[in-house]
Amino acid sequence: MPGKLKVKIVAGRHLPVMDRASDLTDAFVEVKFGNTTFKTDVYLKSLNPQWNSEWFKFEVDDEDLQDEPLQITVLDHDTYSANDAIGKVYIDIDPLLYSEAATVISGWFPIYDTIHGIRGEINVVVKVDLFNDLNRFRQSSCGVKFFCTTSIPKCYRAVIIHGFVEELVVNEDPEYQWIDRIRTPRASNEARQRLISLMSGELQRKIGLKVLEMRGNAVVGYLQCFDLEGESGLVVRAIGTACTLDKLSSPAAFLPACNSPSKEMKESPLVHPPSHGCRSTHNSPIHTATGSRLTQNFSVSVPTLIYTGMGSGSAGKEGGPFKALLRQQTQSALEQREFPFFTLTAFPPGFLVHVGGVVSARSVKLLDRIHNPAFVGIMGNTRSYKLLDWNSFNSDEPETRDAWWAEIRQEIKSHAKALGCHAVVGYSESTSICEEVCILSASGTAAVLNPRFLQDGTVEGCLEQRLEENLPAGCGFCHIPYDELNMPFPAHLTYCYNCRKQKVPDVLFTTIDLPIDATVIGKGCLIQARLCRLKKKAQAEANATAISNLLPFMEYEVHTQLMNKLKLKGMNALFGLRIQITVGENMLMGLASATGVYLAALPTPGGIQIAGKTPNDGSYEQHISHMQKKINDTIAKNKELYEINPPEVSEEIIGSPIPEPRQRSRLLRSQSESSDEVTELDLSHGKKDAFVLEIDDTDAMEDVHSLLTDVPPPSGFYSCNTEIMPGINNWTSEIQMFTSVRVIRLSSLNLTNQALNKNFNDLCENLLKSLYFKLRSMIPCCLCHVNFTVSLPEDELIQVTVTAVAITFDKNQALQTTKTHVEKSLQRASTDNEELLQFPLELCSDSLPSHPFPPAKEHLESASSNSGIPAAQRDRCSSWIELIKLKAQTIRRGSIKTTVTVEKASPMGEGNFRNRSAPPCANSTVGVVKMTPLSFIPGAKITKYLGIINMFFIRETTSLREEGGVSGFLHAFIAEVFAMVRAHVAALGGNAVVSYIMKQCVFMENPNKNQAQCLINVSGDAVVFVRESELEVVSTQQPTANCQPSCTGGEVTT
Amino acid sequence: MTSELDIFVGNTTLIDEDVYRLWLDGYSVSDAVALRVRSGILEQTGATAAVLQSDTMDHYRTFHMLERLLHAPPKLLHQLIFQIPPSRQALLIERWGYYAFDEAFVREVLGKKLSKGTKKDLDDISTKTGITLKSCRRQFDNFKRVFKVVEEMRGSLVDNIQQHFLLSDRLARDYAAIVFFANNRFETGKKKLQYLSFGDFAFCAELMIQNWTLGAVDSQVDDMDVDLDKEFLQDLKELKMLVADKDLLDLHKSLVCTALRGKLGVFSEMEANFKNLSRGLVNVAAKLTHNKDVRDLFVDLVEKFVEPCRSDHWPLNDVRLFLNQYSASVHSLDGFRHQALWDRYMGTLRGCLLRLYHD
Repeated sequence: MPGKLKVKIVAGRHLPVMDRASDLTDAFVEVKFGNTTFKTDVYLKSLNPQWNSEWFKFEVDDEDLQDEPLQITVLDHDTYSANDAIGKVYIDIDPLLYSEAATVISGWFPIYDTIHGIRGEINVVVKVDLFNDLNRFRQSSCGVKFFCTTSIPKCYRAVIIHGFVEELVVNEDPEYQWIDRIRTPRASNEARQRLISLMSGELQRKIGLKVLEMRGNAVVGYLQCFDLEGESGLVVRAIGTACTLDKLSSPAAFLPACNSPSKEMKESPLVHPPSHGCRSTHNSPIHTATGSRLTQNFSVSVPTLIYTGMGSGSAGKEGGPFKALLRQQTQSALEQREFPFFTLTAFPPGFLVHVGGVVSARSVKLLDRIHNPAFVGIMGNTRSYKLLDWNSFNSDEPETRDAWWAEIRQEIKSHAKALGCHAVVGYSESTSICEEVCILSASGTAAVLNPRFLQDGTVEGCLEQRLEENLPAGCGFCHIPYDELNMPFPAHLTYCYNCRKQKVPDVLFTTIDLPIDATVIGKGCLIQARLCRLKKKAQAEANATAISNLLPFMEYEVHTQLMNKLKLKGMNALFGLRIQITVGENMLMGLASATGVYLAALPTPGGIQIAGKTPNDGSYEQHISHMQKKINDTIAKNKELYEINPPEVSEEIIGSPIPEPRQRSRLLRSQSESSDEVTELDLSHGKKDAFVLEIDDTDAMEDVHSLLTDVPPPSGFYSCNTEIMPGINNWTSEIQMFTSVRVIRLSSLNLTNQALNKNFNDLCENLLKSLYFKLRSMIPCCLCHVNFTVSLPEDELIQVTVTAVAITFDKNQALQTTKTHVEKSLQRASTDNEELLQFPLELCSDSLPSHPFPPAKEHLESASSNSGIPAAQRDRCSSWIELIKLKAQTIRRGSIKTTVTVEKASPMGEGNFRNRSAPPCANSTVGVVKMTPLSFIPGAKITKYLGIINMFFIRETTSLREEGGVSGFLHAFIAEVFAMVRAHVAALGGNAVVSYIMKQCVFMENPNKNQAQCLINVSGDAVVFVRESELEVVSTQQPTANCQPSCTGGEVTT
Repeated sequence: MTSELDIFVGNTTLIDEDVYRLWLDGYSVSDAVALRVRSGILEQTGATAAVLQSDTMDHYRTFHMLERLLHAPPKLLHQLIFQIPPSRQALLIERWGYYAFDEAFVREVLGKKLSKGTKKDLDDISTKTGITLKSCRRQFDNFKRVFKVVEEMRGSLVDNIQQHFLLSDRLARDYAAIVFFANNRFETGKKKLQYLSFGDFAFCAELMIQNWTLGAVDSQVDDMDVDLDKEFLQDLKELKMLVADKDLLDLHKSLVCTALRGKLGVFSEMEANFKNLSRGLVNVAAKLTHNKDVRDLFVDLVEKFVEPCRSDHWPLNDVRLFLNQYSASVHSLDGFRHQALWDRYMGTLRGCLLRLYHD
């Protein structure tokens, strides 16, 4: 009996009218946890009832606390007939179970009904008293912290990163149970919502247990997904990275927060910076997966590609023996693990040693329908009784799904090995289901890791020392991890353009974020490859076979498109690569998104050469040369647009042994002429980085055209799908997270691959254009973490869902930072790891003379006594009047605070910087909950993680037209989902959700019946953040701590 | 390829001021798109018409969802569905104008009963004023809604409106005037009143609310600011002796003339007209016991005072001097005992007349 859950129902407001006669409602509340239910009194005739109930106490196991949601139902009392439900609130009490997170959940929650949406709000207070040692019962894993964030959370330090944890649970989907035929849609939806909530609670608990077994205390990069397999069931699966985290003792003593993650690393006690660099990759040989061992399931393993770099030339000797040593060490650390996978996409400094390239695996499975429920406890343990409530015996053993995934992971692991890597980072898994066919996909980035983090300390000493000496700053991760004499694929290697010592590939593809200190030239941009392939409608095995035959071609084409577009942008590396393959009844869609950048360590990409097959036709040649010119112009334009001007100076200084890479070379495979002397010259150097497009049929023409039709974003806009935009780091605090959904209906006649491609391409491009237009008031601004998902809900429908965040940045400063960036990298190269010294230096040189410190001090003192309005107070503000008063106060105080900021800021900025320091105080938003897919909040510091938010909602309507059609219906639903997420965060005492993700948005409509249904699953981390401007007061009181960070902090401060 | 569904939902609700205005003005989506195209936005932003169409649809959908909340602005503050920064909320309600109204429209309905019957006339008003029917409906419904909410409430009318609709002081005063006029059904539509603006009436309404309603004497009554003080109106009959008693009238006239001699450009006209003017003003007061006459208050004031003075070309300043002296002199009339009543009546009337006196 290790816990007591206490719930108090305070009041309701804005309830719907349930009694037409009086235009009022007689509301009461049922509070249910597990099998215990309490009720409040009926509050007669009011739309704003004040129940003020006693504390309802539930005495429960901590296991239950983890699995079960608290269920609050608001009803209308009816003397003569059954009470009508108004709606429900599910509260996940998990955040109350960790010691450092929230201690109380208290606030207004929207009352949600799956048919009517939000119907008023209810004020609830929830507390948990935990007794006993939390870990005594091994069935529960209270105390293990979960984070959706795919990097080490900001106010923690990673002591050990243990590695991959995964789990899945299976159950029958209530929607497909026989009872669904006789119950109402509402009951069925609620059954589903509750089941999924229960399953995710259980899943989380089980993962927690695994973490405890590994002696970790947290899961980072936790990703939980649902597979709605229809009749064959419902799978909830999760992956994550187990870690041992240490809370940083007093975050306030460190710098005011940083907007860019790059600052964070300074806070981390680990010494040496990770390298940047890149290793790229390219298409290559296809590794065929091992045959399937599965008996009852039809299964096709699909050949997968490894994207890696290509290179040539001789090996750098220096790295050799050391590399081997390192490899050995890491290997031993990793080999104990079944899957050396990490769901992280950003790492503590020094963690990532080399990156090999993207590895991915896919497999096509047939979902089986077994109608003889085996009497196996679904969860295979004592807790399965719960699921009996649902009349469901599992129709499928989780082992089957487990085996499927194990197979895929095995394949990923072997791909990584082939690349000379022992680990896979930025790892993720996904599925696409259509009827009974399911494509399982996994992808990640093969990498070599520093063993230091992987096991309990002990190791390093000398090795570490050597590591630091040997790893050139900012390019180490680009260096190839594989043996160049024994490369797994044809690659093209050169010496690193940064350190000149090690080999690098010519292109690098990865699924991770850009390492924070990677030396990047210019800005990055979002690059997408889009592809559709028609497929015959087929059944079962035939269908699966058809799909698996198509997959390799799609992978190949997606890769080619990515490569072409990357070159067209004049860039040489992709980060955050996500390839999604979606299966529909009669087509397959592929959508790859990534952020292209120019890594200084990699060679300049060659151009794109067009070659014709039929050289004798004059007009045709003319056409080709015309196209060629267009392509060249585009490349030149893009270079200018993204400010890609690799410094030629450095090459001369170092005296590169490698031929001037900026000229284009080409490899002629067909007899195309368009002769160009330079090219020939380069060829003689044996360099072959040109990319030749042969135009031999209309398909290829299409490709070239589509290359050229991608329009760059309007000026003032940038976009990327990674956390931060390379080349921009002066974010302001203005952010806007949004979700946009589009569904198009294809005209069914004569669909060809080309037409399909065009439609899909237009859909995506138009969607982006609309976004740019909508957000134009935020210019200059960058769309970060742009996340596209494609689904094919029906034969002729394509649905694209985009979630991203727009962040405004300061244009004036952008110029400066590019400069400092280069400066910094130079400095970094020369000085060694003592970064702490380095910053004060920069500080002095820049600005100290003009803005001495003393004046600032006085202001500071006066300000600190007047410090700003406490966050809590702001949150609670409920009435207009309070708001106004508060605002008045803020403004009054703001005036003082502003001065402080200005003075403080001045040491590191120029005049323009001053103008900007005022707004944040003035805007300081009241009661607003920010949401962002990023792991940080620009201009603010996260001071506390309150727990994971993981919510699943179903909305259904039988009056679609009345609700404004499909658009009106979905618009309202998504707005409601946002509202519920915000309400939960606010109730936890938080003011933001970071690493927010909409994992699923399944929309089904039946306009003829005037019906529609939508399922949405979202997750993220609830946090408390403090504006940097508010923190500065604190930091200045500790001059030692402050002077070093303020340099970086300043760039970002808003 | 047709778009089946196309939505954009921001964590912070995006509101485009221009589109909001178009929506308030009652334009359909396609008209709004056309107007936006004409504004040159496509050239400025390089967007396509399709983008504009989708953007406009999206905003209209949002506004449609917001409208329910705008009907009770305090709900907008507490609701959780749309995250709108407080500063923006205020803009929605007031400055960009859900509760803003067109001068032309309000002049048409001012003083009319806010009932279904009037609503039926909106078609005509729309044609006459060139304001779209949708916009007319919104404005009319706003008036009606505010009226319904504050009609039977205690406390100051302006405060009540401010509190329940979160309007600025200025706009709340305008609404108070509208409610006051609607409740008392003052006639404002007659041809001879056409030269008066809504501002003129609102000014008068404010004075009347301050001095002539129940609230002026007792702040704890229902309807205090909406209904005229019946007792006071009844008492006004007593003023009649000022014109009925010939001695009193003469004495009054001589007091005024003595005081104004040499100060008035139109002295002779004033002297000649004094009795007529005075009769007019006092008779207006005496008639206010009948609802019908209350409704005609402004018609009477214009007929009996404004027009005669205007035809004699009195400058505004002379009117002011005259009215001041006219009210003040009564205090020196020994036989007249209703000084307080007179001041309550004349104080307000003087303010109104000065405001009404223009071309």
